[in-house]
Amino acid sequence: MRASLRSLLCAAIAVITLTACGQSDAPKTAGAPPDMRRLTEEQYRNTIADVFGTSIKIGGRIDSLVRTNGLLELGARSAAITPSGLEKFDQLARSIADQVVDPAHRDILIGCAPPIADAFDEYCVRQFFTRVGRMLYRRPLTKDELTARINAASLASKNLADFHQGVALSLAAMLVSPNFLFVIDTTEDDPDHAGQLRLDGYAKAARLSYFLWNSTPDDTLLTAAEKGDLATASGRKREIERMIASPRLEGGVRGFFADALALDAFETLEKDSILFPAFNLAVAQDAREQTLRTISAELIAREGDYRDLFTTRRSYMSAALARVYRVYVPKTANWVPYEFAKNDPRVGIQSQISFTALHSHPGRSSPTLRGKALRELLLCQKVPDPPGDVDFTKFNDPKSEIKTAREKLALHTSQAACAGCHKLTDPLGLGLEQFDGAGQHRTTENDVAIDVTGDLDGVKFKDPATLGAAIRANPAVPTCLVSRLYTYAVGRPAATDEQGLIAYLQKRFSDEGYKYPALLRAIASADAFYAVKPREQTPPQTAQESRP
Amino acid sequence: MSILIKREKSRRSVLRGMLDGAAVTVALPLLDCFLDDHGEALADGSPIPTRFGSWYWGMGHTPGHAVKTRTDVGEIEFLEECKALIPYRQHINYFGGFNTPLDGRSNYPHESGWIGSRTGTVPSRSGEVPAPTFDLMIADAIGGGTRFRTIDATSMGNPKETYSARGTFSRADAEASPVALYARIFGPDFADPNKGEFRPDAKTMVRKSVLSSINRESDKLMKSLGQMDQHRLDEYFTSVRQLENQLTLQLTKPPPAESCRVPPAPPNNAIERAAFAVEIDTVQATHRLMTQLIVMALACNQTKVFNLVYSDNFSRVRRAGETYTHHVLTHEEQADPKLGYQPTAFWFNCRSMDACAEFIGAFANVREGAGTLLDNMLIFAGSETSFARIHSVDNIPVMTFGKAGGRIKTGLHVVGNGDPVTRVGFTAMRVMGMPIDEWGQKSLRTTKPIGEILV
Repeated sequence: MRASLRSLLCAAIAVITLTACGQSDAPKTAGAPPDMRRLTEEQYRNTIADVFGTSIKIGGRIDSLVRTNGLLELGARSAAITPSGLEKFDQLARSIADQVVDPAHRDILIGCAPPIADAFDEYCVRQFFTRVGRMLYRRPLTKDELTARINAASLASKNLADFHQGVALSLAAMLVSPNFLFVIDTTEDDPDHAGQLRLDGYAKAARLSYFLWNSTPDDTLLTAAEKGDLATASGRKREIERMIASPRLEGGVRGFFADALALDAFETLEKDSILFPAFNLAVAQDAREQTLRTISAELIAREGDYRDLFTTRRSYMSAALARVYRVYVPKTANWVPYEFAKNDPRVGIQSQISFTALHSHPGRSSPTLRGKALRELLLCQKVPDPPGDVDFTKFNDPKSEIKTAREKLALHTSQAACAGCHKLTDPLGLGLEQFDGAGQHRTTENDVAIDVTGDLDGVKFKDPATLGAAIRANPAVPTCLVSRLYTYAVGRPAATDEQGLIAYLQKRFSDEGYKYPALLRAIASADAFYAVKPREQTPPQTAQESRP
Repeated sequence: MSILIKREKSRRSVLRGMLDGAAVTVALPLLDCFLDDHGEALADGSPIPTRFGSWYWGMGHTPGHAVKTRTDVGEIEFLEECKALIPYRQHINYFGGFNTPLDGRSNYPHESGWIGSRTGTVPSRSGEVPAPTFDLMIADAIGGGTRFRTIDATSMGNPKETYSARGTFSRADAEASPVALYARIFGPDFADPNKGEFRPDAKTMVRKSVLSSINRESDKLMKSLGQMDQHRLDEYFTSVRQLENQLTLQLTKPPPAESCRVPPAPPNNAIERAAFAVEIDTVQATHRLMTQLIVMALACNQTKVFNLVYSDNFSRVRRAGETYTHHVLTHEEQADPKLGYQPTAFWFNCRSMDACAEFIGAFANVREGAGTLLDNMLIFAGSETSFARIHSVDNIPVMTFGKAGGRIKTGLHVVGNGDPVTRVGFTAMRVMGMPIDEWGQKSLRTTKPIGEILV
């Protein structure tokens, strides 16, 4: 008894000591081989804004990524850059570089100029590319890389007789370099484990910054990498705490949830303009923004319980959205905090337009698509694809008196080939049937009152509010977030040897009140987040990918 | 070719003058200097190039109402659904009775069909593109010497809708906006081949030199990567080389192009609103604009390969104010017992073939050499299913348009008798000059070109 008390005490002291010096008590894992990931569009935009400021406009778009295991971030690990893809990057690069050197920006962004107009000033160019190159490549430029940038700027300046044009062309080339467009894991020998590798400080910095901020490391983080601080648990802890406290954390939160909730689909969302005249491009853009604002406010500003996202009535409202929600906000208002009334059916982010309109057809709602999205996005449950040989016409008897989606879908669940999936999706999605295809509230369908009762894995609900409560209470909801966020963080699904780590993270998430920043901290502090192992002959990709 | 007759001086000597030097002005009548005496070659002696394209429509045909079935090779008899194609029958080959064997793999609805016919391999999971599509292999073989190795466009407003890829993760977005497509082809970097004066842009010259500086970053990077990432980086540097080639071409006086007429810029309101992109009238208007731009991109020697999507593999086309898309109708609409088909889904299929006819007509209306642009093209047209209601991939509809510079006969309905659909793609690659002896995997593997259409 006494011995076991002593060992418990020792263990407690060890945990306290480990925690005090930033050492995570998370299970260690073997990690995965170093990887190379293409910047996502949002990462590209955030990086440019962080390096050059938000006044640099980024017009145009880059090639889409393939959603893999539910995340675009994983598709970035395999994405190639095609010739037309590079053309798009080149156009963006030239436009950005031209803005950086234009008279409105050059004094601040270049910070120096040749003493004689249009003469080449090597010192100035060296200063500029040393500073900017470190931010863009996420590490200091090598001597050769810096020389190449200076020489390119010199050649261009002299040929065009324009110093700033020369800088712009050299910068544009840098912005299409693979060292910028791809975040590449760089490794070094691990001094603590002979024969093993570890990520070097700059790779750790990049991993941290794209996970927590969805953007490039800042000067402080790169300096920490340079000084070797990120090689120690205490050094990492200091940076992680600083990053979590930074306003940039919102970029990271938005980046993850936009990806995990598949909000990129708003780029190509179609709604019928005759059936839903209130739904337009501004509504689509604002619907996405509303959900991301709600999530950021609840999880960061309020430091709320993640599960409350599905029961909260607090949100934000824009004038464009107010027309679809049929609520009042001052027309001049850009965004205002808005709380739905106690008797309003809008409860939780799953009742917002971003969810109900996104998971619908262009001209009507879809309990099946909504149920599928709830299962796959919030509960991490894969709903199988429909079989290839179903003849749906048997469900469409023109003489039938069917008026509602519920009655129609009841026919699907009566057919063995369809029932398996429809029983998973429809009872959930029908709980949101009081929102039409554009997410507008309604109480009847073809003059029949809409029944929104149902059950989620045995928990009954009678309306959107109790559906939200059922989602909140479902144990798969927080565990799904943990595994998806870890997958997002390391760029691959958790391996078999990482199940102990996932269980540890889930327990910590629960113990710490389901606070999102605490989960970020737990993942970023775990050795597993940085673990790399030597490459083997890589087998062909077997991940589940989809191109929405 | 009457335009070839009235000449007094050697075209070659004129062109030689035009091509020497960076900035020259030539005041020759435009149409009098392009071709040789036979209308089969350009005046510099190079033959009129044979170009390749693909056209995609979703949901296939209405069985029994599109093309009359044949038991042996012969004339095509288009039925009600394809009646818009009748005036263009002499430009078309129709391939009936060709299958997509799945070799025990699942039929991934609306995917397996197009992937099998374009890659020679069926996918083993949804979303997979297991091999390169053959249009890109053709582009690798013939696509040099023009600004764009390929041009991909869609009429559906969603850039992800493209059926051209090197693999699952190597798939360029299509241009979904006519305004953006116009800017890409005919924007500031376009040099009109028929303008007398050409002055290479000093900035472009410098850009090319500066761009080459990033090639020096490759060696060190390559060494630090695993095999798959090396492959991706290799693909990246191939793209850099393509961009360098593009700049090189922009620095060179383009040879004149008989049929090149720079089209007017599409109006700025031309379908920039994705929210309306799939309404049938909008899709057809976009398709018309995209077709015109692509036709002129070919006529102006900006590319030799293109892919155009009329409607996607889950055809989301619909009529304004109606709740069901074309795709949903193929599954849920009741067949009319008197007509024997689903009337609204059939209506959409008819509109697809109307668009197809317009598309063929746009190529046939451009005179080139002794014939038309279409005569110098081989265009592969296909869908993902033969009968959308049940996702059938047997008897999958495939057509070709154009004579490929005289290398193939047209106007024929070829009967496949259950042969793999890859025979069509294999034939196309051979016709386009690729020295291949076989193509495809497992039951889709073929070594037999379709001899009936070869000249």
